[in-house]
Amino acid sequence: MFSLKSNGTTIIKRILTTKILFKSYSTSSNVTVTRNDKYSQVTEEDISYFKSILEEGGVITDKDDLRMYNTDWMNKYKGNSKVALRPKTTEQISAILKHCHSRSLAVVPQGGNTGLVGGSVPVFDEVILSLGLMNKIEKVDQSSGVVTCQAGVVLETLDHHLSRFGYTVPVDLGAKGSCQIGGNVSTNAGGIRLLRYGSLHANVLGIEAVLADGTVLDNLSCLRKDNTGYDMKHVFIGSEGSLGVITRVSLLTPPRPTSVNVAMFGCKDFASVLVALQRAKTELGEILSAFEFLDRKSMDKVVAHGKAKDPLSESHDFYFLIETSGSNKDHDKAKLDLFLENILAAEVVSDGVVAENVTQATDIWKVRETIPEALQKAGAVYKYDLSLPLSHFYKIVEVMQDRLGDKATAMGYGHVGDGNVHLNISAPSYSKEIYDIIEPFVYEYVAEQRGSISA
Amino acid sequence: MALRILVPIKRVIDYAVKIRVRPDKRGIETANVKMSMNPFDEIAVEEALRLKEKGVAKEVMVVTVGSKACQETLRTALAMGADQAIHVEHDSDVIEPIGVASVLHKISLKHTPNLILLGKQAIDDDCNQTGQMLAGMLKWPQGTFISKVTVDKEKGVEIDRETDSGSESLSLSLPAVLTCDLRLNEPRYAKLQNIMKAKKMEVQKTTPQELGVDMTPRLEIVHINEPPKREGGVKVKSVDEVVAKIKGA
Repeated sequence: MFSLKSNGTTIIKRILTTKILFKSYSTSSNVTVTRNDKYSQVTEEDISYFKSILEEGGVITDKDDLRMYNTDWMNKYKGNSKVALRPKTTEQISAILKHCHSRSLAVVPQGGNTGLVGGSVPVFDEVILSLGLMNKIEKVDQSSGVVTCQAGVVLETLDHHLSRFGYTVPVDLGAKGSCQIGGNVSTNAGGIRLLRYGSLHANVLGIEAVLADGTVLDNLSCLRKDNTGYDMKHVFIGSEGSLGVITRVSLLTPPRPTSVNVAMFGCKDFASVLVALQRAKTELGEILSAFEFLDRKSMDKVVAHGKAKDPLSESHDFYFLIETSGSNKDHDKAKLDLFLENILAAEVVSDGVVAENVTQATDIWKVRETIPEALQKAGAVYKYDLSLPLSHFYKIVEVMQDRLGDKATAMGYGHVGDGNVHLNISAPSYSKEIYDIIEPFVYEYVAEQRGSISA
Repeated sequence: MALRILVPIKRVIDYAVKIRVRPDKRGIETANVKMSMNPFDEIAVEEALRLKEKGVAKEVMVVTVGSKACQETLRTALAMGADQAIHVEHDSDVIEPIGVASVLHKISLKHTPNLILLGKQAIDDDCNQTGQMLAGMLKWPQGTFISKVTVDKEKGVEIDRETDSGSESLSLSLPAVLTCDLRLNEPRYAKLQNIMKAKKMEVQKTTPQELGVDMTPRLEIVHINEPPKREGGVKVKSVDEVVAKIKGA
């Protein structure tokens, strides 16, 4: 603290509070970040204003209540916001952002807060703009399958609603019970069905968003084809809140499959997984809806932390899960049976099980979908969502393990069908030593292979 | 001592499916709906296989009564590890426990099992009658809602069964009929190799007529209705209001 000749107390106050707000992350990164002085702080007047435009319960200032908004799902990143806002309409969001813009208040939009990389919580004291109450599903067009809804609709809720009309959501991920469609769109979430239905770039038809100054951008088209003007929605998809807050989405949804099959297999090496992937694409063709992989270490973690049971009777070095979705049970069964016969005969797999009912299918999926939860219980985890050419897909795990020795466990799982591996390093606790072994090596490795560090 | 176990199984709407009443209100919608083996029958098959793996049983036979589509349920049981499958083909929307028990009676006389394991009830009709009726027809002892079973050379069959007030332990001599409850075991997945093997296995076929059984339903379903939709709760502001609401209800 240094003394300062000032012409008012405000300057000293600002420097004082800046120091208090100085935050260094000793959890995952050792980069210290300083709060940008250009942003103001929230005052009582701001709170009063927010209270005047939002309904009862729309402004949260109690420290304990704020905890869940300030903390991410992994309990790894903790922000220090003093206020969370819960608007119900686009107009309210417009008013909020207009005000924050005029006051230079930083804002972090928050959906389901299920992100695994700290993107949904404040870094310092940003105003938290929660989309949770913007949860109306406005319209489902029965003949086209286009649904229009607010950004805060929970993905699983949207799927249940669509099931009544014979449709399903084109994206599916483990966080479906809590994540919101607005968040999915802002982060361009991939998920387990990308292989079949493509990314959100392919399925989002229109977006309504509010820009930082409060301007409402209405791009909410429901048209399948429209080549007029610049297709701005694509810039918003994946923009992570940096261009505006997505408030409504219109989404093209595929017909709900009436015939679904799920199976899990064990292989002795990763090359076999790739052979199986190739065969699945060729022999299952249009009914293939997911191809996920996990390695032995991931399976061990899931089983050890009690999230799911291993469906296979013996341990294998590599596992993959296949899902088929179609409209004709007999046709799909025939294709699947042939595929199974062939991979067994060609010895691509050592063992496999096929779900005989919906409960078994859900249990098999649980093995893959609860890996993040299991890793969280196991201790500290460093997560990397990488896109790599298939030739290097698993190499990154092996190379990383070599570097780590016995200090930590490196494992890989994920959307091998899309070339997207979730590299995870599990250690008893966070440490600078482990962090330095991982970074920046992992980024350099991925860059060398012309991959992506954020799949 | 090696037992021959018969496990009757039923093809029902999958447990996880949200069922809908047919427009004519005389049945449940089954078109395009996922069908699977009755979960309690799966448990029965699993227990039979475990007895075989323990060396107590030498053969597990599964049997089902129903339309051609039921064959896939038999294949699932074969894929789990059953040795023989019998399909009693009967094409009807309504198949009642008394008819099934009569068929199973004839099958038992023909194939001579010394232990019959059934699921305690089917999840579509929830009758909980077939096992008991069958035991009566065969004049065999019955142990229902079993949560544990051991076969003993001297004592016969020792079971724990679930009752409303707790667990009851019984001994039964063989041959016997047992019906299986939820906590007996967790059924295995069908393994790839066994699924392939099961596809090539022969399924024995017969009909109720061949067995001399009359399957005419004795009951008529008059109508089926969904339960009333759950209404939202009401918040009250005082204890007095709670009392008033309870009294008024």
